[in-house]
Amino acid sequence: MRLKQDEDPIDEVPTEIGGPAQPLLTVRDLVKHFPLKKDVLGRGGGVVRAVDGIDFQINKGETLGVVGESGCGKSTTARLLLHLIEPDRGEMIFDGRTVGNRDLPMKEFRRQAQMVFQDSYASLNPRLTMEESIAFAPIVHGVPKAEAIARARDLLARVSLDPQRFAARYPHELSGGQRQRVNIARALALHPRLVLLDEAVSALDKSVEAQVINLLLDLKDDFQLTYLFISHDLHVVRYISDRVMVMYLGQIVEIADSERLFATPAHPYTAALLESMPSIDPDHRTEEIPLTGEPPNPINPPSGCRFHTRCPMAEAVCKTTVPTLVTLVPGAHSVACLMAQAGSGHSKAPTAAGAEAAAAAARAAA
Amino acid sequence: MSAVLKPGAVTPADAATGAPSPGGSPPRLVVPERSPGYWTTVARRLMRDPVAIGAMVVLLALLILAVFGPWIAPLDPYQSSIMRRLKPIGFPNHPLGTDELGRDMLSRLIVGARLSLFIGITPVVIAFVIGSVIGITAGFVGGKVNTVIMRIVDVFYAFPSVLLAIALSGALGAGLVNSLVSLTIVFIPPLVRVAESVTTQVRSLDFVEAARASGANAMTIVRVHVLGNVVGPVFVYATSLIAVSMILASGLSFLGLGVKPPEPEWGLMLNTLRTAIYAQPWIAALPGVMIFITSITFNILSDALRNAMDIKN
Repeated sequence: MRLKQDEDPIDEVPTEIGGPAQPLLTVRDLVKHFPLKKDVLGRGGGVVRAVDGIDFQINKGETLGVVGESGCGKSTTARLLLHLIEPDRGEMIFDGRTVGNRDLPMKEFRRQAQMVFQDSYASLNPRLTMEESIAFAPIVHGVPKAEAIARARDLLARVSLDPQRFAARYPHELSGGQRQRVNIARALALHPRLVLLDEAVSALDKSVEAQVINLLLDLKDDFQLTYLFISHDLHVVRYISDRVMVMYLGQIVEIADSERLFATPAHPYTAALLESMPSIDPDHRTEEIPLTGEPPNPINPPSGCRFHTRCPMAEAVCKTTVPTLVTLVPGAHSVACLMAQAGSGHSKAPTAAGAEAAAAAARAAA
Repeated sequence: MSAVLKPGAVTPADAATGAPSPGGSPPRLVVPERSPGYWTTVARRLMRDPVAIGAMVVLLALLILAVFGPWIAPLDPYQSSIMRRLKPIGFPNHPLGTDELGRDMLSRLIVGARLSLFIGITPVVIAFVIGSVIGITAGFVGGKVNTVIMRIVDVFYAFPSVLLAIALSGALGAGLVNSLVSLTIVFIPPLVRVAESVTTQVRSLDFVEAARASGANAMTIVRVHVLGNVVGPVFVYATSLIAVSMILASGLSFLGLGVKPPEPEWGLMLNTLRTAIYAQPWIAALPGVMIFITSITFNILSDALRNAMDIKN
């Protein structure tokens, strides 16, 4: 089916450069502030701090889940990574090469990183058949049309859609789950290494959602993919993710291995999110609402720790001191909370010596 | 989804193998069942709308008059007669009477279809092409380009369209071509508006984002993903402008800026017959009836087209 490796215009890039230990994508200090329009008197003109300086990395072959309330910057982050929105600041290193300069031009990076959107209908051109939609990107990258169409049909089969039935259909003739499978096939058409899934299963029925998630897991193995999985559904994130990143008002508050995060959340916000998960065990009903109110306005985020306005553990110091991301367990758990920051002034903060001891204990345990 | 399919739509592959093979067949041999294309579906839906069919029949009749008018007309439309001025409807040899110069009304109405439709449709077609290009550019590029284009368009909006047409036509000088040019200029701004707003809407949809994420350049995205989704709604709007164009054109003819007498053209006829409105009101109204029939036909068609194109429902 596939062309020989050296003939293929979209497979001319080596799939592995820095070895498995090198992160697939390293993001440093990514910032996007959306300016607000000034009124006639020149007032206003503030900025929405949609993404406000985030650093993280995605390891090869993992699934990094991203969770947080609406408006916390999850989707903006995904769009910034693909430069669908131009970031104000920030550096991205994709497998050792800096994205956007001569090392790895944007078009080349976009071939290796693809995205699946939430709205399965809006993500497909209503005037194109499924095979045309899937074949579009390879054609753009120089694959002959007939070959691209043949591959598109192949991909449809890979996402469990019979090409004979679905290849020449239009989006309105398919169900939401079928359309989302097509969107996944479209994202895979360029043989990417990183796939950004922006609420990709959130709009689907539960039963269909489960099928699509299992499909995603199968495809991940078959194509050696790495996922950035954005969702507000913590159950799904827990099921699919190796590591989870929690965002609040444009910043990362906690990032940890999935099991560790769900077992021992270190940030009060993460704890509150986990408590808000509906439980299927009637003995463990969530009686009280763990998190009340809307998140504060990202135009003028609270001073100090951004969560202090809603945090049950907040103290005076939280209003003034900005927490930094501190490592609790090297490579496995980081949190941005003054309670975890030695010498921060918070009454629950570890002493410097205590923190060292804890770190040493963690190292020993690891 | 199979409801959309034609029941008898059997592909060659189906016929050969009897049934869709369960995934085991070699992919290269797949011949997918083909849904009717978008425009085929629109046409099919249009044919299910009795009002639209009626309008199309009327339009076809008008087009036949426009093409074959001179051969269909029973008498010479230019032949005047002092003796037979303003004869009523039903006068021997002149079933629709005669005009103020004694010319046969029926023949003039038939022969006039060509010129009337021509000056009604031509400016809209040209403005549709130019307006779409400008509007899609403004909508897709956005930012400062959009602001500049749309503010220029706004300047044209400040004038009533009749006034603008008269002013342009007057500045360019009388004549058929100049009146077509001025009408074209009048229709470009509203079409730019519509094209721009539809493009802005389409541009923000995820499939355009996905196309950008695949590394396609702007021209490719416009050609493959934007054009097909914008042209339809703009076309619907343009068809509704044809009626306006005919009326404006007749206004220009009335002022001596468009078609010149003795050419038979409905707008011009309406205007020259206005002096006879007390003597023969029915005769004077006839060209207006033709304009009315034509414009309502185009309006009904554009409505029906809009409904037929809304395939989601």
